[in-house]
Amino acid sequence: MARALPQGGALRQAANGTLRRVPVWLVYALGAMPALWLLWLIVSNGLGFDPVKELEHRVGKLGLQFIVAGLAITPLRKLTGISLLRFRRAVGLLAFGYVALHLSVWLFLDIQLRWAEIGKDIVKRPYITVGMLGFAALVPLALTSNDLALRKMGARAWQRLHRLVYFAALAGAVHYVLVVKAWPPEPLVYLGVVAGLLALRLRWRRRHAVA
Amino acid sequence: MAVRKTDLKWSDVTPKAVFMNRRAVIASGGAALLGLSGGGQRAFAADKLNAAPSRYSTDEKPNTFEEISGYNNFYEFGLDKGDPAKNAHALTTDPWAVQIDGLVDRPGSYDLADILKGQRLEQRIYRHRCVEAWSMVVPWVGFELNALLARVGVQPGARFVAFETLMRPSEMPMQKTSILDWPYREGLRLDEAMHPLAILATGLYDEAMPKQNGAPLRLVVPWKYGFKSIKSIVRITLTADRPQATWNMQAPKEYGFYSNVNPNVDHPRWSQASERRIGGGFFAKRQPTLMFNGYGDEVASLYAGMDLTKEY
Ligand code: HEM
Repeated sequence: MARALPQGGALRQAANGTLRRVPVWLVYALGAMPALWLLWLIVSNGLGFDPVKELEHRVGKLGLQFIVAGLAITPLRKLTGISLLRFRRAVGLLAFGYVALHLSVWLFLDIQLRWAEIGKDIVKRPYITVGMLGFAALVPLALTSNDLALRKMGARAWQRLHRLVYFAALAGAVHYVLVVKAWPPEPLVYLGVVAGLLALRLRWRRRHAVA
Repeated sequence: MAVRKTDLKWSDVTPKAVFMNRRAVIASGGAALLGLSGGGQRAFAADKLNAAPSRYSTDEKPNTFEEISGYNNFYEFGLDKGDPAKNAHALTTDPWAVQIDGLVDRPGSYDLADILKGQRLEQRIYRHRCVEAWSMVVPWVGFELNALLARVGVQPGARFVAFETLMRPSEMPMQKTSILDWPYREGLRLDEAMHPLAILATGLYDEAMPKQNGAPLRLVVPWKYGFKSIKSIVRITLTADRPQATWNMQAPKEYGFYSNVNPNVDHPRWSQASERRIGGGFFAKRQPTLMFNGYGDEVASLYAGMDLTKEY
């Protein structure tokens, strides 16, 4: 396996030592904080003049951010030696949670179960089509993010399945680019970061194959 | 509760409860409101425009002043809906002149006061439908565009009216970026521009126009998506050919030149079949979007014989 940095490094060891003592539940708890904050904003009328859109946007953005965070874990380990692998499942499930909330806000509060419009939106609105594909890709990942599924599937098959997250991440970022009017920088930055994280993997893979 | 006598006009056109409420809020917290609107311009009682009621007003309940002046698309001041209220205070609206040129008898640069001279200001409570599938009801104050066009004299060859927003990057920060092809431009067919529903607005809620809403002079064309109603106008040109329109240039498939509100013509981003009315809170029910935003009786004849799925 290619490592960019030498193995040693007191800093890395200290970091990993500290991280080992962080319980996984703490990551879930921290990851749930934005949801609680949003809940507070809902009840305190803090989401502005169009609260439904604002909530929809915020949870969508959080979903994408957690997806990106999950994708960054392996590169972080390879580039710096700092390992967050223990928390990857939590980050992934949090991502799924926020995307599921995002979809729910759309279904129940925004489009309000107007099925004729929902059907048309999924087929005709490219950003919805792409978003739906992204969500669909995340579902099997969330369902198999537990020890039982991992054991039953075997590591190889499980790993192969979970490469779907690459697709979901791209879909999420492209979806964001398609949502906005004109070409504001923020969605393009997300797309760039996702593309960069995926490109790193391609490079490592190729090097791995050659070596 | 302090209800001022001079506001009586308002009670003619605003549901009593809304009207009383608003006054109460303003009487008790005018200063707080000032703060809330983030430095956006807020006229005081002395500046009442005393606009006359109009038969073209809807009797639907208007959105609050805070909603109308706090939730805006005005990309010159930022991309978020709250940005214009935060940033538009930097705009200098006095002095203000409008260049009127092209196929007119009396072209020239007209001072704003000159443009307003002799125009009867009316209260026009219109539905406002954004292409992003949200809507409001806005009590505009303004006068019919056709009255201004009559004053400058439209020449026989003119078939379109082109509009331009101020270009002043020092005060409109987004104009330093290329997010849109500045200055913002829009256009109407001459018969659309002559229609009595099309107004040049100078205020809302009987007060001077907040800067974030397009002060000091903006177009309001209530049967079209909001982006057609160009803000902070500095140029009006009568042309023989169809003029450029900013969003139309940006993405012609998405934003047609006409951009009439039409629930049957799909937009690639937003279903246009229904809309969310701002101000209804978290569980407000979506409502169906009306053809021509509900102004079909008045304007449908302008488009007789046209295939509106092609000429969208
Ligand atoms: C991988 C899955 C997804 C991710 C990461 C994601 C992320 C996002 C992001 C970041 C935004 C923009 C937020 C902003 O402007 O601040 C957004 C907007 C939106 N998304 Fe998603 N999304 C996903 C799936 C979906 C799905 C499945 C739907 C519905 C079918 C959906 C519907 C929407 C809608 C309606 C908007 C707002 C559009 C508007 O402003 O009118 N998204 N999403």
